Amino acid sequence: MTRRRRAMLVAMLVLSLGGAEAVGPGERRSGFDDMAPETRAMQLDDMANPGMLWVAEGEAAWRRPAGPAGRSCAGCHGEAEASMRGIATRHPGWDQAAARPISLEDRINLCRRERQGGEPFAPESDDLLALSAYVAHQSRGMPIALPDDPRLTPFREQGRHIFEQRRGQLNLSCAQCHEEHAGRRLAGSVIPQGHPTGYPIYRLEWQSLGSLRRRLRNCTVGVRSEPLDEQEAVALELFLMFRANGMPMESPAIRP
Amino acid sequence: MARTLINLPRSARRGEVIEIRTLIAHPMETGYRPDASGAVVPRDIIRRFACTYDGEEVFRAEFFPAIAANPFLAFTTIATASGTLTFTWEGDNGFVQTETASITVT
Repeated sequence: MTRRRRAMLVAMLVLSLGGAEAVGPGERRSGFDDMAPETRAMQLDDMANPGMLWVAEGEAAWRRPAGPAGRSCAGCHGEAEASMRGIATRHPGWDQAAARPISLEDRINLCRRERQGGEPFAPESDDLLALSAYVAHQSRGMPIALPDDPRLTPFREQGRHIFEQRRGQLNLSCAQCHEEHAGRRLAGSVIPQGHPTGYPIYRLEWQSLGSLRRRLRNCTVGVRSEPLDEQEAVALELFLMFRANGMPMESPAIRP
Repeated sequence: MARTLINLPRSARRGEVIEIRTLIAHPMETGYRPDASGAVVPRDIIRRFACTYDGEEVFRAEFFPAIAANPFLAFTTIATASGTLTFTWEGDNGFVQTETASITVT
């Protein structure tokens, strides 16, 4: 065996070992990987993905002047394809005025109130979901890239605490289902690891688009817990995004 | 106006089978669900969909309360001549929406 050939064999062996490691038990999985093939096909096909209805609506809203200022999103930010690329991968993000992290939906409403001088959109309204879906869609395929900002650290740690704390009448923490028992089944459904890679999502159960906040509220209802307040919710969202750092965005994703 | 997404090939050969896919934003409220106060939410669904190709009906569908929100339809027709396809959704509370798309047949 020539030296070159041996080197190649070694390289192949290393590669195959690396491949085997990549599917180990510690792997992070998007909820997408555990969906039925039909549901996955629905998400991947922009013509069959109902989330794209909100994206199309959001694109129209992006260019529509609003508020007494008569200014559109595009008036300041220009083309969303360029200016909003990667924005959703860094949210919840730090807001200087509020001195705390805020979600993408809050950021949109902040802009609406302060720059456009309009009424903020109601939470979970189609108007707000359309804009957040359109903005998040510009980051599709990009890795989640929450910055390692020291100002965010206390909030992230609060989120981690909430994630690990037992709650509600069922006395369950997020981590018990979504870490210890992730990949196992709760009745007929696979328990996902709970990475927020595709928000806002079109959830088949909802028959509509919904934000991460709505999904978290579902989980607190599920464990019969008191709802999270505004600050706890954003801290948990921040921790979940941080935990999913590096995973590709899928917005608008489909979930069962 | 409800938002719609319509997908069909821009051009096709004469005699070719083409696939048309449509998606429309609609709540498809069944009329069987109670709201938060216990009162039944009145039915609000799309009842009928039709597609005409240069005035000739090539596909029609009836909708019922068990059909999911934001209904998606995929169907095929034969490309006969360059022309316009018209899509009409009709439903409760006077809901009517019409969209058009054109195709070039060579």
